[in-house]
Amino acid sequence: MARVLLFGRLADVAGWRERDIPARTLGELRGWIATEDPALFEALQAPAVRTAVDQSLVSLDVDLGPDSEVAFLPPMSGG
Amino acid sequence: MIRLVSQPFDPGEALAGFCRGRSETGAIASFTGLARAEAGQTTLLELEAYPGFTEREIGRHEAAAVARFGLQDVLILHRTGPIPPGEAIVFVATAAAHRRAAFEACDFLMDYLKSRAPFWKKETGPDGARWIEPTERDRDDLARWETS
Repeated sequence: MARVLLFGRLADVAGWRERDIPARTLGELRGWIATEDPALFEALQAPAVRTAVDQSLVSLDVDLGPDSEVAFLPPMSGG
Repeated sequence: MIRLVSQPFDPGEALAGFCRGRSETGAIASFTGLARAEAGQTTLLELEAYPGFTEREIGRHEAAAVARFGLQDVLILHRTGPIPPGEAIVFVATAAAHRRAAFEACDFLMDYLKSRAPFWKKETGPDGARWIEPTERDRDDLARWETS
């Protein structure tokens, strides 16, 4: 189970900002989203969307623990 | 120090506090950014941060500014949440022995904060709301600081 956070326009696409999703790896998590929410999955495919696990940016598949926090970050706009 | 704040703040008070109790600081530069109405096109600005991540990323750039310009101290206040036109969004103050370092570091930090800091910005106007991404101008401003 991972706590998933969406920021910016991604939360608008999904209609939620934060929820738990059953997954043991980032790949599994993406698979779950692809099945359950194809529109969000498509939005996550944009190359500018970055992924953070436990607040560190990652670029490859990683294992997720029971308390992992996964954040999907659209391009950062600055303040 | 970086602090995210969800309520309006007084930049004058922040600056006065930052100036107090310094005997070795010769120069303090500060910048305050306000939310603009854009001739009625923007009625509300909303800034979303990723608490923890946003402070840490800004903190890394703050440390880079301290090292690069030899600063004695930095204060960054950044609003999050809904911000109506006229209110302060960001306040940066830099303290150094001499003015050039203070001015340049303030400019450097603002170029980073305006273009790459982890915020997501939504503008609401008469035609609805839209998410804003960095402009070419912001990227050019940032490129000024690249070292070869």
